Amino acid sequence: MKVRRCRGAGFALHWGPAFRLGVAALVQITSPAFKQNAARALADAGLQKALGKAKGAFLQRRAEAVARLPEFEALRDIGRDIKNHTLANLDAYLETYAANVERAGGTVHWCSTAEEARAAVLGICQRAGARTVTKGKSMISEEIAVNDHLEAHGITPVETDLGEYIIQLRREHPSHIIAPAFHLNREDWEADFRRMHTDLDPNRVFAERRDILTEARTKLRERFLAADVGITGANFLIAETGSSVIVTNEGNGDLTQTLPRVHIALASIEKVVPTLEDATSLLRLLARSATGQDFSVYTTFSTGARRPADLDGPEEYHVVLIDNGRSNMIGSEFQDMLRCIRCAACMNHCPVYGATGGHAYGWVYPGPMGSVLTPSLVGVDKAAHLPNASTFCGKCESVCPVKIPLPKLMRHWREREFERHLTPSAVRSNLALWAWFAKRPGMYRAATRAAVGALRLIARGRGALRSLPLAGGWTEGRDLPVPEGGTFMSRYAKQQRGR
Amino acid sequence: MSKDAILGAIRRGLKRGPLPADQRAMIDGRLASHPRHLIPARSRLPRPEQVALFVANVGKEFGTVARVADADAVPTAIAAYLAQQNLAPRFVLAPHPDLAALPWASAPMLEFEARRAQPDDLVAVQHGYAAIAETGTLMLPSGPERPTTLNILAETEIVVLRASRIVGAYEEAWDLLRDGRTGGFMPRNVMLVTGPSRSADIEQTLELGAHGPRRLHVILIDDDPAALPAP
Repeated sequence: MKVRRCRGAGFALHWGPAFRLGVAALVQITSPAFKQNAARALADAGLQKALGKAKGAFLQRRAEAVARLPEFEALRDIGRDIKNHTLANLDAYLETYAANVERAGGTVHWCSTAEEARAAVLGICQRAGARTVTKGKSMISEEIAVNDHLEAHGITPVETDLGEYIIQLRREHPSHIIAPAFHLNREDWEADFRRMHTDLDPNRVFAERRDILTEARTKLRERFLAADVGITGANFLIAETGSSVIVTNEGNGDLTQTLPRVHIALASIEKVVPTLEDATSLLRLLARSATGQDFSVYTTFSTGARRPADLDGPEEYHVVLIDNGRSNMIGSEFQDMLRCIRCAACMNHCPVYGATGGHAYGWVYPGPMGSVLTPSLVGVDKAAHLPNASTFCGKCESVCPVKIPLPKLMRHWREREFERHLTPSAVRSNLALWAWFAKRPGMYRAATRAAVGALRLIARGRGALRSLPLAGGWTEGRDLPVPEGGTFMSRYAKQQRGR
Repeated sequence: MSKDAILGAIRRGLKRGPLPADQRAMIDGRLASHPRHLIPARSRLPRPEQVALFVANVGKEFGTVARVADADAVPTAIAAYLAQQNLAPRFVLAPHPDLAALPWASAPMLEFEARRAQPDDLVAVQHGYAAIAETGTLMLPSGPERPTTLNILAETEIVVLRASRIVGAYEEAWDLLRDGRTGGFMPRNVMLVTGPSRSADIEQTLELGAHGPRRLHVILIDDDPAALPAP
């Protein structure tokens, strides 16, 4: 098994099979093996069952929530504009944000890389004398692999989001950015709980999903009360007030950030927005796009540490503010990606994600947003397959709450891949051949006419070809529909004559 | 230092140095005036309908509401709810002066302590600062009189709310909190709570009662004559 260490960004992740076996290895980005990952995913009956169950629910709930709010489309434009304004002044808003955190008694740790962020978190935990750390759901914590780092230094991190909790028990990684256990079935939950919660009656009955939830609630309650430090992510940072915002349905994030003596919020630099009003407009989009709720159950704004007369709340409040490659996206053709509010609507609506699930993408962020973000953060040399794993149906862009042109950005990555000669030579020579014809319309039409004729001849009346000489690789995964009539140009000419 | 490196990289991407003074002034102006964006029409209603929308939305999110005519009726409403749910008449109470002033003698079976919540508290009675009709959301800012632990530790949360504190949209609730001040007005913690705790992590199917309260009950004091339902 190859161990990869990523240039520049300094990731340390176990991924895929190495992790499942509990092998302590350094980074494993399996994005280069996307094709093999996808083939394995398609053949995984359990995964396909889970995907089949989950897919429809998200789409329907989002559609219903959008239908209940006539202003939803107008809010998408507003969301895009708020994020664009912030990104164009990101340095100024970050400075204001950090000054306001400090004014409220918090500390901001600026971190350029994942390594710096891991070191900052560990330092805070060690100074607090921490033995256990509870964690709310945070994708950036996956990105910087902070759990492994804490464990390696004798501190036990405990994931408290229900989905993240079982993922940690299984020593896997989330397969979805808001539903980490998207790939699991109820039977998996029951089996893992019996395997891990060995102090409970082995003959207990899980009659309903609720029984699984109740057992997790009881188990995690002990952890919440014992933790020395609580680590959460942040959906937004607010420059005006110096607040970090988390959005949850379970309440685990609030227990995590309220009960321990120290609260650490992990956030990447593009999470900042100017004001409470800006955050509010984006919050109107977030839950509807994500889970199809009008609003999540708990939307919580944290500003600094416990105030003098307060009866509860953490005594220390830290923000670990992480760049990890994002500042390089500013001013590039990928800047639009920094508008992302991590709602997961793009992956919920993606036919490729729906077929393979999230693990096949091989790194932290799956689906269309991952196909754009992963090459930006880990390098197109490792992640070139991802922007190619798209049917370009455009559904992702049409549901994105901040209107990120995801297909266009994936096309930019394909261009970069081509420029950097990462595209296989067969593809390159075929593209060159196509370009030669495309520049000569007469030749192009003659060639396409010949090709249509040849295909019809080979097809002998069938509607689609299961295999094609010289294109076995292409037809291995799909059938080629046979052209029904002549070329577009010949039909167009005929129609014009008929007028 | 990483701060300089990050800000420097952003400025290189934006092809400029630190913002010139006039543009910085524009940013500071936007922060100070915090302009509102589009507010959905659904909460732009006459007062009685606005309160009714709040009540309907709490119900839609699996919470419950009991409307009482005045603050004096709150203790008996709490007792009635606990009895109806088969819960012992015992709770932790937010140490808020409005709650301390309620006529507790009218429901002598109730036992309570005014303090932060502890892990073995089964019921918490919280003071509702404000509420947002748009989505049936309670606004619960932290402070000595409204500890955050009351929102999350107990299995049953009861929130005592005055109808006069129900607004249409979130933006109006932020303005209540700002109350004319700019900067430094945010309490340590502001929770916006919409229904009881839940999770859909098991097969994307909704189950109530994840880590926070399984039940959320609002006792709504009809203190606003303009907001009463039509007779």
